[in-house]
Amino acid sequence: MTHPAITLSDITKVYSNGTVALQHLNLAIEEGQFISLVGPSGCGKSTVLRMIAGLGKMSSGQIEWSSGHSQRQLAFVFQEAALMPWATVQDNVRLPLKLAGVSYSASRTAVAEALELVDLTGFEKCYPRELSGGMKMRVSIARALVTKPEVLLMDEPFGALDEMTRSRLNSDLLALWSQKQWTVIFVTHNIYEAVYLSNRVIVMAARPGRVVADVPIAAPYPRTEEFRLSPLYGEYCRQISSALSQAASGQDVAIANPDRRAAEYV
Amino acid sequence: MLLRQLTALILELQNLLMGRINFTAGSDRPNGSIPALAAKPIGKLGTAGLSGMRQLLSADLLAPVGVGFLVLAFWEIAVRMSGVQPYLLPGPLLVLQTLISEWGTLFPSLVITFQITLAAFVVAVISGLLVSVLFTQSKWIERSFFPYAVILQTTPVVAIAPLIIIWVRQVVPGDNSTFVALVICAWIVALFPIIANTTLGLNSADHNLINLFQLYKASRWQTLLHLRLPSAMPYFLGGLRISGGLALIGAVVAEFVAGTGGTKSGIAYQILISSYNLQIPRMFAALLMTTGLGVLIFVLLTLLSDFLLGKWHESAVRREN
Ligand SMILES: Nc1ncnc2c1ncn2[C@@H]1O[C@H](COP(=O)(O)OP(=O)(O)O)[C@@H](O)[C@H]1O
Ligand SMILES: [Mg+2]
Repeated sequence: MTHPAITLSDITKVYSNGTVALQHLNLAIEEGQFISLVGPSGCGKSTVLRMIAGLGKMSSGQIEWSSGHSQRQLAFVFQEAALMPWATVQDNVRLPLKLAGVSYSASRTAVAEALELVDLTGFEKCYPRELSGGMKMRVSIARALVTKPEVLLMDEPFGALDEMTRSRLNSDLLALWSQKQWTVIFVTHNIYEAVYLSNRVIVMAARPGRVVADVPIAAPYPRTEEFRLSPLYGEYCRQISSALSQAASGQDVAIANPDRRAAEYV
Repeated sequence: MLLRQLTALILELQNLLMGRINFTAGSDRPNGSIPALAAKPIGKLGTAGLSGMRQLLSADLLAPVGVGFLVLAFWEIAVRMSGVQPYLLPGPLLVLQTLISEWGTLFPSLVITFQITLAAFVVAVISGLLVSVLFTQSKWIERSFFPYAVILQTTPVVAIAPLIIIWVRQVVPGDNSTFVALVICAWIVALFPIIANTTLGLNSADHNLINLFQLYKASRWQTLLHLRLPSAMPYFLGGLRISGGLALIGAVVAEFVAGTGGTKSGIAYQILISSYNLQIPRMFAALLMTTGLGVLIFVLLTLLSDFLLGKWHESAVRREN
């Protein structure tokens, strides 16, 4: 099961104002992988997700989807919950189905299931302003799940939440992932979160945006609180943080060939 | 139910008196700006009648009303003591008497002015909305036409009203001619705030949501209907409130220019005639009615706005803290 679901080859993205957001970026994302992108702000993490989602044109390079996969089965979760304030929780969650032309009655079960997954049953009729930050994020995740996607792109989804909410949502997300086996591409600037969640962490550097390290996290799932306290966890965090600081100080980090590392890890 | 509406109305009047007028939705009414009332969400006032009454009697309402009474009393006393002639400055009691005795002649005029205002307002809302939607369909259209909307706005209506009246007389014969001309004048004044606010609103949809719609391959029409229009709602309603008052001002100004024209004459005509005849108390009474109509329009539009934004927008929800 090692064939890549999404292959990014030699992606370069220059924004119209001349910012080189990404340069010669290569990345092969395996099916069912939980992969995190970490790096300083402005290193192009969001841009990678946008390119994968087809939001905006690449300057050069290409993105290949393996057979049986397509952008159609993809969902995006943004840093802000990005809910429609004028719509109730259930109408927010229904949005992707409504845009696809699914009728109200036909979408009812899917909406209820999605809300159930994020533990928000009973809040259908609430408006976003009545919810806490963590609950809004859950709604946002339910909206992403309602189309039963196979690829989940998450751009610092828990960045704006307090530590306790974040850690609870982390565990919930992992539980869901092990159940559904999505391919998740998760952007964060929190190293600990990345190590806890992922089975692969990609470290990026800025100016121009590029991959500087590719670290497989070989700890088994389900991951518990014990994993967070284990020496292995600390070792991974240390490794990634040194890759980040080396990249920031301008030294090139010795990077293993991503493909070889991926093979090793599986 | 009635009590609740009444309370809401009084609250709005109170906001108005204290000069808390929202010009755009961008500058939301500050939360909890009415400390004594902010303690309870407005929706609960209907059920908690007693505490509602107590709140009505709070200093926030008593203070401005008290000031109003003091000023009126001072005015009345000053007029009586100094013996100023009523044709220079009538006292408030005389104005009130005149208002009652002249109601039969003044009110029909007010109704005519109101008809002009309403027609202009409705046309302005519909045309403004359409123009804004057109503007947001392409930057190119907006760039080319927005300056002309500004020019229309900055041209004083007094200056072009005579021209409009003459032109309309060529096209629309008979009694309706003046009415149509006045509606056009008031429409010109009322249009711009709606265009400006709605265009801003349509363009201010959350960019993450725009991306989301793009991701789910939403059509232009779906994006407009489900994203841009709802996002523009608070801005549009803000524009509506300004525009309602301006439609009235536009109608009155145009009536002044039109003079007696035609058989049906609005309130401005009554003000003019009263001043020619030195019936200053009557003039004050007509003025009072016009102002009252303006306030009424504003309050109604504010209630509409709060009703429509009710559950979701900051400006309409009174927070508990
Ligand atoms: N729409 C845009 N126009 C111009 N420059 C942009 C745009 N979006 C992002 N950038 C620039 O591209 C770089 C990468 O941005 P981004 O992908 O958002 O980084 P990250 O998500 O890692 O913080 C930054 O320098 C940012 O300023
Ligand atoms: Mg980002």
